[in-house]
Amino acid sequence: MLETSNASARIVQIAFLAIAAGAWYAVTTTGNISPLLLPPMDRVWSALNTLLARGQFWPPILITLTTIAQAYAIAIVTGVLVAYLVTRSRFLTEVFEPVIAGVFSIPITLFFPVFILFFGIGPASKVAYGATYGFFPIALNTIAGLSAVDERFLRSARSMGASSFDTFRHVLFPAAFPVILTGLRVGFFISFASVLGGETLSSAVGVGRNIALAAELMEPARLYAWIVFVILTAIVLNTIVSQIENRRRDY
Amino acid sequence: MTTLSNDKPTAISIRNVSQRYGEAGSSGAVVALQDISLDIRQGEFLCLLGPSGCGKSTLLNIVGGLFSATEGQVKVGDKIVKGPLPADISFVFQESTLYPWYTIRENFDVAFKFQRVPRNEWKERTASALQAVGMSSFIDHFPNQLSVGMRQRVNLARGIALKTDIILMDEPFAALDEQTRMVLGEDLSELLAATKKTIVFVTHSLAEAVFLSDRIVVMTARPGRIKTIVEVNEPHPRSPDFMLQPRFSELRNELYALLRDEIRQAIATTGGSVRPSGD
Repeated sequence: MLETSNASARIVQIAFLAIAAGAWYAVTTTGNISPLLLPPMDRVWSALNTLLARGQFWPPILITLTTIAQAYAIAIVTGVLVAYLVTRSRFLTEVFEPVIAGVFSIPITLFFPVFILFFGIGPASKVAYGATYGFFPIALNTIAGLSAVDERFLRSARSMGASSFDTFRHVLFPAAFPVILTGLRVGFFISFASVLGGETLSSAVGVGRNIALAAELMEPARLYAWIVFVILTAIVLNTIVSQIENRRRDY
Repeated sequence: MTTLSNDKPTAISIRNVSQRYGEAGSSGAVVALQDISLDIRQGEFLCLLGPSGCGKSTLLNIVGGLFSATEGQVKVGDKIVKGPLPADISFVFQESTLYPWYTIRENFDVAFKFQRVPRNEWKERTASALQAVGMSSFIDHFPNQLSVGMRQRVNLARGIALKTDIILMDEPFAALDEQTRMVLGEDLSELLAATKKTIVFVTHSLAEAVFLSDRIVVMTARPGRIKTIVEVNEPHPRSPDFMLQPRFSELRNELYALLRDEIRQAIATTGGSVRPSGD
């Protein structure tokens, strides 16, 4: 039953992609749209092949992925740590949870120039920006998860003499994990989008920089080739995250 | 209160323990326990019985060092209880507190780790405790793959595997149906007769109290005080035949007579919002 519904969902998804590709083909061949805005598929394809053949993707993608990894790692460590400290008391939670949620509702993109001022146009500013943006959903979900842990589990751990670190590692964290995971997932895509967005806005290197450059140079085929490449990367990363997510859903 | 086991050393000594919630004298203040003094002997199975809200669970948590009493003192052996004493006391709680994210084996391992048991003893202790409750074949299951009764069996085994001299049990069978409860009670009686542990057991079931206990401490409605202590002179392990003897019914009726007024009072003061006591 589940398998058939999965299979039919797949068919609909593939059909949707086929329709989108067909529409792309149709508008570009009939000449209804300027090739500067949307170049024909075959030109994007050959641009993609050229980039791959010359190995031009790899240095920027390596920089961008390293930047994302650093930003995300900082967001996880600070987000979980801050959430842990805040949830040590109900009072601290009541004080800081609304503050963190409030700051998160401000578009942090507005502060992007400040990051550039502080950290320059190299990858460091993108790391700081992606880490800052990714911090919030991780901290907020971790606070929610840790505050909802059943008191009985904590009391039993205490009765067995568990240290604070062991209580966190074996009780608090796994109990809150499903909720924390939502935060990690959202945080990841925010860090991912922030780093790419930051690179597009102001950067010397990276994938986002190359996309912006292709647009500035009026090379739409190259521009879309880069975008296709980013989409493929996002799909791969999303698959990895889903695999991790599915693994411990069995309790 | 004379008994054969009176010469046994005291395992837990409770002196003038009171517990208040809220500011003294304020309208919201609740006196949960008032001036409880009690000596629990080594190797004794002692039941705390009373109407809901009489503070019996609170008393158990104070003895175990999980709550601190407003007044008074608890001593375990020579130690004054100021916090949990995992080397001396283990708890078995009302609901299974097995961690659902770990298998049964991992649950035992983590308990040993918390209690700082040497790693080379883990495997053996887990195996023998699970065998004692007949759950060996479920060692790699997750708790949620087991029925409530099986979970509580494993929960009990974990308490025993910690090998403390004292086990505090807070209504461990409350979530179970009557039949499972009886069977687990028999198992417990057998298990403990062999180990000579000191058990403090909170229950609101009269039959359970009589069947399992050496002594039953009957508590009053809030504020909780000791109303009287009933002795059950019957050797462990006890067989289900004990329940068919006239002595069993006599004791049960005696307890009910002692408790009836307290239960009425508990219902009256809390507006009847408590669940009925008794079995």
